[in-house]
Amino acid sequence: MSCKEFDTEAVDRRRRWLSVLAKAPEARLDALWQALGPVPTHTVLRRPETGLVMLQGRISGNGAPFCAGEMTVTRAAVRLETGEVGFGYVGGRHGHQAEIVALLDALGQREEWRDKVETEIVSPLAGEAEARHRLIAARAAATKVEFFTVAREAGT
Amino acid sequence: MYVAVKGGETAIAHSLDLIADRRRGDRGLAELSLEQIDQQLGLAVDRVMTEGSCYDRRLAALAIKQARGDLIEAIFLLRAYRTTLPRFGDSEPLETARMVAERRISAAFKDVPGGQVLGPTYDYTHRLLDFSLAVAADRPAAPTAPADTAHGLPHVGDILAREGLLEPSPATSGEKPADLTRQPLGFPADRPLRLQNLARGDEGFLLALGYSTQRGYGNNHPFVGEIRYGHVPVAFVPEELGFAIEIAEIDVTECDMVNQFAGSHDVPPQFTRGYGLAFGHAERKAIAMALVDRALRARELAESADSPAQDEEFVLAHSDNVEASGFVQHLKLPHYVDFQSELVVVRALRAAVEARKQQAAEERASLSQAAE
Repeated sequence: MSCKEFDTEAVDRRRRWLSVLAKAPEARLDALWQALGPVPTHTVLRRPETGLVMLQGRISGNGAPFCAGEMTVTRAAVRLETGEVGFGYVGGRHGHQAEIVALLDALGQREEWRDKVETEIVSPLAGEAEARHRLIAARAAATKVEFFTVAREAGT
Repeated sequence: MYVAVKGGETAIAHSLDLIADRRRGDRGLAELSLEQIDQQLGLAVDRVMTEGSCYDRRLAALAIKQARGDLIEAIFLLRAYRTTLPRFGDSEPLETARMVAERRISAAFKDVPGGQVLGPTYDYTHRLLDFSLAVAADRPAAPTAPADTAHGLPHVGDILAREGLLEPSPATSGEKPADLTRQPLGFPADRPLRLQNLARGDEGFLLALGYSTQRGYGNNHPFVGEIRYGHVPVAFVPEELGFAIEIAEIDVTECDMVNQFAGSHDVPPQFTRGYGLAFGHAERKAIAMALVDRALRARELAESADSPAQDEEFVLAHSDNVEASGFVQHLKLPHYVDFQSELVVVRALRAAVEARKQQAAEERASLSQAAE
């Protein structure tokens, strides 16, 4: 399934939920998933598989790319009985999380599930991620300094 | 030369049992959990991920536990594990300007947009042992202050680069960067390949080389243009999707070093840059890497290159502590055949020397007899 089959808005929505779900803590995602209730039956296309992604850095932060080192990534794929195929790609070796993400990705493509997935799972997780970032920034802000250069005057 | 040996299975098995026993230590104490290592020895985890060249906090914590805190052994374990995994592809380049920074300082520019944020640093500690840590206690949470999270954090270097005083960062060629895990190191190595080598290189080795440049062996007057540490998203394009999604958020440390440069006949005098990037919070590593990166640009910048840190082959061929430790430590393995052959040679040489001495003495004796 290539991106050409989606309109840009649909791709953006899918990109958002896949990103939010992948970056969520596994236990928290699992709790929200359990609370979602019964979901349509599905077949597993790809059991969780762990591999590596080479992380590229940029020289001086924004220049030419270089290989900075790898990270572990786990992926999974499912198909709903109604035909939607969902993919999960998550950093680390979180097989269970990759499966949940794949299922939610498939569900999100169904009209009647999209809002439920968004309001009950994606939106709360996005809010929590933002709160984590705000806390990091607030703790960092408490360590902000003003350095004064003490210039020695002649004769003092 | 090492010749394979056979035998000793039982002794080796018992040695492994003994390691396991020593690893566990006093059974009266609680066993260390991977979560404890991750949370309370986080900088050790960061180093193992960086030099193991594999970002996975839990795997690094496991390696540290298995290696009983020997970080170079842990790095070896992580490197060995990664060879068992398939490669899914390359990430999109990390956008460190989008970092949720915990720390960001510049030692060159006082008034940087976004301010000087110390974050968790040992820089201003007195290095006095804190005996209050010797006993478990409740520790208060860190204080907070209002923060601006709406704006990204521009790189300090880009601000000066706009004036032309600082060289711009090298442009993207559009080609995939060379990858040491796919092709062996060759010389001359381009800058992306050198940076990959340095990124996984031994911190101690790079620290010593960086230090040597400061002490005059290839000095280029460095200033920390910027150091930042924090969380960046990892974007990846899964082949099935064809568009980029974020698959994780990782911690990285970045150092952009600013160095004096007198100019050449093509380039006016300006500041040049060296770059360092490490997983987790690893400033010593990032700074040392940036110093050595800049030193290795000597030829490119038409500087004289006669110091160790400027010698590409010397630096890149000896930076990897897995290779270095393997080759140095293999000396402990049985070299009986090898040594036996040298023993034969040395005995033969000694016998020859002895025989020559004997002969010379006999000749002297017969000469003196003849003289009498």
